[in-house]
Amino acid sequence: MAEAARGDGGARLDHLLVADMVEPGSRVLDVGCGDGELLKLLEARGVDGRGIELSREGVNECVAKGLAVIQGNADTDLADYPDDAFDYVILSQTLQATQHPRVVLEHLLRIARHAIVSFPNFGHWKIRLLLLFKGQMPTTANLPDTWYDTPNIHFCTIKDFRALCAVAGAKMEKAVALDPWGRPLRLNAPWWFWNLLGEQAVFLLSRQG
Amino acid sequence: MAEIKLKDQRDLRLREAEQPHSPVARFGMDEPLQLDAGVSLSPFQIAYQTYGTLNADRSNAVLICHALTGDQHVANVHPVTGKTGWWESMVGPGRPIDTERYFVICPNVVGACMGTTGPASINPETGETYGLEFPVITIRDMVRAQAMLLDRLGIASLFAVAGGSMGAMQVLQWAVSYPQRVFAALPLAGAARHSAQNIAFHEVGRQAVMADPEWRNGRYFAAGTRPHRGLAVARMGAHITYLSDAALHRKFGRKFQDRENPTFSFDADFEVESYLRHQGSTFVERFDANSYLYLTRAMDYFDLAADYDGVLANAFRGTPTRFCVVSFTSDWLFPTSDSRAIVHALNAGGARVSFAEIVTDKGHDAFLLDEPELFAIVRGFLDGAGRARGLTR
Repeated sequence: MAEAARGDGGARLDHLLVADMVEPGSRVLDVGCGDGELLKLLEARGVDGRGIELSREGVNECVAKGLAVIQGNADTDLADYPDDAFDYVILSQTLQATQHPRVVLEHLLRIARHAIVSFPNFGHWKIRLLLLFKGQMPTTANLPDTWYDTPNIHFCTIKDFRALCAVAGAKMEKAVALDPWGRPLRLNAPWWFWNLLGEQAVFLLSRQG
Repeated sequence: MAEIKLKDQRDLRLREAEQPHSPVARFGMDEPLQLDAGVSLSPFQIAYQTYGTLNADRSNAVLICHALTGDQHVANVHPVTGKTGWWESMVGPGRPIDTERYFVICPNVVGACMGTTGPASINPETGETYGLEFPVITIRDMVRAQAMLLDRLGIASLFAVAGGSMGAMQVLQWAVSYPQRVFAALPLAGAARHSAQNIAFHEVGRQAVMADPEWRNGRYFAAGTRPHRGLAVARMGAHITYLSDAALHRKFGRKFQDRENPTFSFDADFEVESYLRHQGSTFVERFDANSYLYLTRAMDYFDLAADYDGVLANAFRGTPTRFCVVSFTSDWLFPTSDSRAIVHALNAGGARVSFAEIVTDKGHDAFLLDEPELFAIVRGFLDGAGRARGLTR
């Protein structure tokens, strides 16, 4: 990610946005928790947080910080969690790197009532222009990897994600588009506009019914 | 306790079994140890070491559970071998398990030979060493005895229980048998059940001991012999399983031992042979052959899920204990998949669990060795648990 914008307390703005979606005192699973920065922020707010992280360095760093984090991966390890094990599951910038995004999303909504999912929006105008004019798979500051060595195998646009939510039976509670630095776009706009201007998106979802 | 009649006063190891260089808690006929085998053991004694100071509200006690051939001498010079403690890199002042902060207790397990009652102890009914008359014990029996020791020491609840390999089995058993007494649990390089492969390795070791004519059906003390050759072979075989192909290759390769060319004999031409022979011969000086049989058996019988219809998650359901599970990439004896099975069950049981796999080529023994990442993880986990427990620095 481009150097993330940070708030007054030093926390990343995109993390603050996610943290604000979580009820204090709830149980949260952060899938793809990285170095544990978001979990730390949540724990400071009295949340009972757990994490899953793919990279060994990330896991070991988290555990050394006293966080309850296990090494694992969204595609294979979510299946082991029982129904309603958590109040919220967070999947940050990871959905596009999973083998089966739909299965992952369904698991998220099985093990928690609410899911918070963020992802890079492949419908952003810059990406559209890069593909249109260069005729090559786009790379940007936030998505610097070439097509042949990127972990991101399932890119989607905000519009695509909304379609997946409908298929997977997820109800959209809240959606925010972000600029490249993780700052929310504070404007009231139709979906097509966000799909063009949001470089990333964060969705708060809940189980249908 | 029975009168000690040592046939050979020079036998340091036998003396250590009865009158160890450690504090001893004695349990008389009124306090028998109930065993899974359906019998009870009494009288019995537990030898243990402690380090650090128990705080005023008795909330900083850490129990260390030793592995198969370990003992209570975690962080002090060993009375028989003269070597430093087996976990001095982990336990001590300023170490990850910081004895300036925690009160560390390490008991010798039941069935072992360093002062806790085992097959090398004197059977009060016969006045001879127990040998094979000692009842078969389990990991749960070891833990039950440790709980009696803690009762004796006035420690109602442990801040943490930590151990590797057979020690990890005890840690898991502690968390299942006494969840309210364990605040934090650190099973390292462990498993919730012993695998068929590991039972097989143990059986080879036991058969090596029993094939030694000096074993005398376990009555070697009375016969004045010792099955040193059989026990050494058992140790040599087991030692290979504690390492890895890569570690052996790095350490020894195909190097010759003190010679330029092969001797075309069955001498220890290769360094690795010489090393294994050394491992075997030093081991027999400090370990009792029958104890080796009993402790390997205890590990074989270990299957935590067995009491829960085979569903490991049910063993941990609703546990208040927080866990830190650690495995090592090159450990093929207790592979990462074993630790993952524990983690999955803990997650399914709703436990607070951390899990890290450490990259190393040192094999199963890595938990005993200098692994900075392991130290950082243990320290961080205990710091976090200490904050949650309200332990002040």
